[in-house]
Amino acid sequence: MENALKVKDLCAWFGNHQVLNNITMDIRRHAVTSVMGPSGCGKSTFIRCLNRMHDLTPGFRVAGEVLFDGRDIYSEKIDPVLLRRKVGMVFQQPNPFPRMSAFENVAVGLKFNGKKRSRSELAEAVEKSLRMAALWDELKDHLDRLGSSLSGGQQQRLCIARALAVEPEVLLMDEPCSALDPVSTAKIEELIEDLSDKYTIVVVTHNMQQAGRISDYVAFFLLGDLIEMDKAARIFTNPADKRTEEYITGRFG
Amino acid sequence: MHSIAFRRRAADRVTRVLFALSAIAVILPLFLIFFDLLWKGARELKWTLLADLPHPVGEPGGGIANGILGTLTIAGLAMAGGIPMAVMAGIYLAEYGRGKFASMVRFAVDMLAGVPSIIMGIFSYVLWVLPMKRFSAWAAASALAMIFIPIVVRTTEEMLKTVPASVREAALALGIERWKTTLFITVRTATAGIVTGILLAMARIIGETAPLLFTALGNQFWQTGLDQPIAAVPLQVFNYAISPYDDWHDKAWAGAVALIGMVLLISAGARYLTRVKK
Repeated sequence: MENALKVKDLCAWFGNHQVLNNITMDIRRHAVTSVMGPSGCGKSTFIRCLNRMHDLTPGFRVAGEVLFDGRDIYSEKIDPVLLRRKVGMVFQQPNPFPRMSAFENVAVGLKFNGKKRSRSELAEAVEKSLRMAALWDELKDHLDRLGSSLSGGQQQRLCIARALAVEPEVLLMDEPCSALDPVSTAKIEELIEDLSDKYTIVVVTHNMQQAGRISDYVAFFLLGDLIEMDKAARIFTNPADKRTEEYITGRFG
Repeated sequence: MHSIAFRRRAADRVTRVLFALSAIAVILPLFLIFFDLLWKGARELKWTLLADLPHPVGEPGGGIANGILGTLTIAGLAMAGGIPMAVMAGIYLAEYGRGKFASMVRFAVDMLAGVPSIIMGIFSYVLWVLPMKRFSAWAAASALAMIFIPIVVRTTEEMLKTVPASVREAALALGIERWKTTLFITVRTATAGIVTGILLAMARIIGETAPLLFTALGNQFWQTGLDQPIAAVPLQVFNYAISPYDDWHDKAWAGAVALIGMVLLISAGARYLTRVKK
């Protein structure tokens, strides 16, 4: 299958306020898809729909379909807990668990997902995840440090390692660099490119240079509508819609 | 221009002194009480105070050892029953309590926390002492539990609310079930605060006297069972203080020092647990 996720006519409401209007898009497997648009365009709401993070938000409602492995994730047969193990998420603010060491932070998803693992199996999984998140070399001698005592960029990579440890297929990233300095941002961007060999990655960003650097595909959102989606190169050189062109040339947003 | 700057600086200094004086006034009573107690209790402050049973009037020496054991017994019982209930109710309010029922619980808990402690004693007297036809440690513990529980419910709730929503989100996004997230991640993050709330509530009930008058009654000897009258430090202080004998008055002061010492020890423990770790 070429597509990891298929979104069909997705609408979303907070109470009576509609924030997404009939979004339809395919998200390509093992590629980086950026969701770009000005603040308030619904891009964060959109990716949170992809792993049902809104489930606990009072007053939130969706219509339409999100197909993952050919099944609608909003159907009653889907357990959102199992879904989130397949569709992981990294947040805007690095949010390592306070009062847990770096090691525990990465191990925690595995510890609580039912399967018993020996200490050495856990250690192995933690090392693998930290290596994938390009954090192992910096952290291997400090695994007992509190996750919250690391630098901002390290914290975000720790959160990526934590998400990777449960072996998801899709990684959703909600503005993963917006709280980071340029050096840390560059590291995360590099990491995203590396990870896209094995993972399907959806990144929300309002930064179009970033979208240009990391994406294979770009979706442009405006006021809850998907204006257009195409290969990154095409969106930035020859967008089909005038509004996309205005956004990327900085005439608004 | 010059005089305006001067006036501004003067106003700044005056307010600062005012705040500082208020702060001193707030802590002054603690030191006055403590040194007054030490001064007046000095004559009876010996190791035997902590180790011996009370002696009859006129006989020198004697201590409040049975009272200390009794106080720890009653407080321990109250906490053993109260902690699970109070912490779980606090978790409910913080993690699941939206809606009308939760705000009703919150209101009731605040009311309960405001009920004068002597009423808890009378209630416990009616509930336990009358049907059992005797004063007991159980009756005292249930009165103290009713004081302990509302404090712990609300501190637990407050402490859990200080855990950022991003922590819960991170756990949910890892595919961790909600109940595991609550118990093993959110509660764990707030553990130090919850334990502090428990210790402060413990310090509070250890000093309670009124509810014990109708329930524990007091005991001149070592306790024999939880269904029997039991000694407690605040009761001993009370009885010594209202007695007509000078040597008992001295013992009341010394007992008060022991009581305040216990409370200080617990509060220090609470401070130690919430210290910022690097």
